[in-house]
Amino acid sequence: MTEPALAVDVALRRGAFTLEASFAAGPGLTALFGRSGSGKTTLIDLIAGLARPDRGRIVAGGHVLVDTAARRFLPPHRRRVGVVFQDARLFPHLSVAQNLAYGRVFARLPDDPAEYAAITGMLGIEPLLARQPAGLSGGERQRVALGRALLAKPRLLLMDEPLAALDEARKAEILPYIERLRDEAGVPIVYVSHSVAEVARLADTLVVLDGGRVAATGPAETLLRRADLIPLHGEPGALLDMVVEGTDAATGLTRLTGQAGPLLVPDLAKPPGTPLRVRIPARDVLVATALPQGLSARNALPGRVAGLVPAGTGVLVEIDCHGTILLARLTEAAVRDLALAPGREVVAIVKSAAFDPAGFGTGRPTIAI
Amino acid sequence: MTFGLGPEEWQAVLLSLQVATLATLASLPLGLGVAWLLARRRFPGRALLDGLVHLPLILPPVVTGYLLLLAFGRKGVFGAPLAEFGIVFAFRWTGAALACAVMGFPLMVRAMRLSLEAVDARLEDAAGTLGASPLMVFLTVTLPLSLPGCLAGAVLAFAKAMGEFGATITFVSNIPGQTQTLPSAIYTLTQVPGGEGPALRLTLVSVALSITALLVSEALAARAGRRLGAG
Repeated sequence: MTEPALAVDVALRRGAFTLEASFAAGPGLTALFGRSGSGKTTLIDLIAGLARPDRGRIVAGGHVLVDTAARRFLPPHRRRVGVVFQDARLFPHLSVAQNLAYGRVFARLPDDPAEYAAITGMLGIEPLLARQPAGLSGGERQRVALGRALLAKPRLLLMDEPLAALDEARKAEILPYIERLRDEAGVPIVYVSHSVAEVARLADTLVVLDGGRVAATGPAETLLRRADLIPLHGEPGALLDMVVEGTDAATGLTRLTGQAGPLLVPDLAKPPGTPLRVRIPARDVLVATALPQGLSARNALPGRVAGLVPAGTGVLVEIDCHGTILLARLTEAAVRDLALAPGREVVAIVKSAAFDPAGFGTGRPTIAI
Repeated sequence: MTFGLGPEEWQAVLLSLQVATLATLASLPLGLGVAWLLARRRFPGRALLDGLVHLPLILPPVVTGYLLLLAFGRKGVFGAPLAEFGIVFAFRWTGAALACAVMGFPLMVRAMRLSLEAVDARLEDAAGTLGASPLMVFLTVTLPLSLPGCLAGAVLAFAKAMGEFGATITFVSNIPGQTQTLPSAIYTLTQVPGGEGPALRLTLVSVALSITALLVSEALAARAGRRLGAG
């Protein structure tokens, strides 16, 4: 078994709040997901060394960061754990270029113009280099903060709700950069969020926190389908890895292909071949027992009922479409009327208009650890 | 350019400037260190340190001067061993500087502490995660961001040193050319017949120096506000 990028097993008591968390994170992006007050930011502080656990051990890439049993505590500046905070925390007395150089000086890293150009290019911050942080927009600040953390060559990158302080337009501006970071920078990322949309779009692995404890951990696509986690993530849904096939100029619909079958979605303005990760919430999927005629919905994916999971007032129907699981939320009456049972052949119907263009992430195969 | 001042009066002005400069420069590192401790660290004895720093502000200056004489006089607790190394404070201009440094210390620390506290500690955390040791965090983030405020504290201490009288005259007496600072000179002139003219001239010099120091301090503080507000 290969060593995880990060192994955490800590306990901390702060007044009435108790954190007891144990999880491992692989390469790629691990999302710490939960409501505010669930202990996400405390965990980030513990991993970065900004707080000490009462008890426990944190190991990143083979380096012991803290081990209370061995009385070992590595101070933050010797951990090489980069942090991107919710409030970018750029140094106001330094220019953007000086902010970017800050970490390199202390890590005693030699100048690497190629890497510098690659990172500033990837984040689109070259035009900002001579500016002062005070003159930057929220989105620009967050991109500079990302670059600053990356240029210090961290072993691990922590991102504490980096989008929470931004409006929707700014979020949409930053998300593609985080996706490129995940796919190109090769640094394991721990990403804190309470937004299902962000997590569904970015996460390979999910650690669900609730009241200071790990409620569930595993591949994002599996956990986001789980009905027992509804109180935490709101609405379960399927994550599909698809590829853009092309856009029909006449209908304005983009055709995606994937394991589950083809999907037509509103024009995404992405070139053919772009990999995409699509989240389809269970409430946006209907179930038919035969391919319906005269239906306005564009997407009908044949499959087989894989399971029925009671979820609150309804039932979550798991539909196996050629190996990819789709979820549909139905009432118990509907399940009875259609005589749905595992093994039954059905058609899952998804409205094209149900897709939110902002909810599409560039995808890649999900990594499980 | 003598501004109508006699040689002895000039001597007093120059000596005061010399004393105040040494007092300010010598207490600068210690003041910064104590201000940082009070602003950023929680440790046992913190309240005691805070009280000790403020003591010269509430004690009668004569008492402070007398305590200095007991501690740093030729036979004092610290004075006797220091005299072995040829370091003597009593009745020397360096003693005047020591008295002024002690009297100005609370003002310096207070201004520096306020401006250090105004620096966002979260920026210091961020600097730490980027690999800066606590000392480097202080030198590259905390100090630059609080520099105008810290300088204002130094200017305040300088101004206080220019005007210090009670502790100085008790500790190092009032010897023309050696320990007679500007306030001591004014005091002496008011005690002799015919001294009103020179006393008034020195008073004007003193007022001018004080106002200049105050303006510089205000300007620095305003700059500090702008800089921190811009973050």
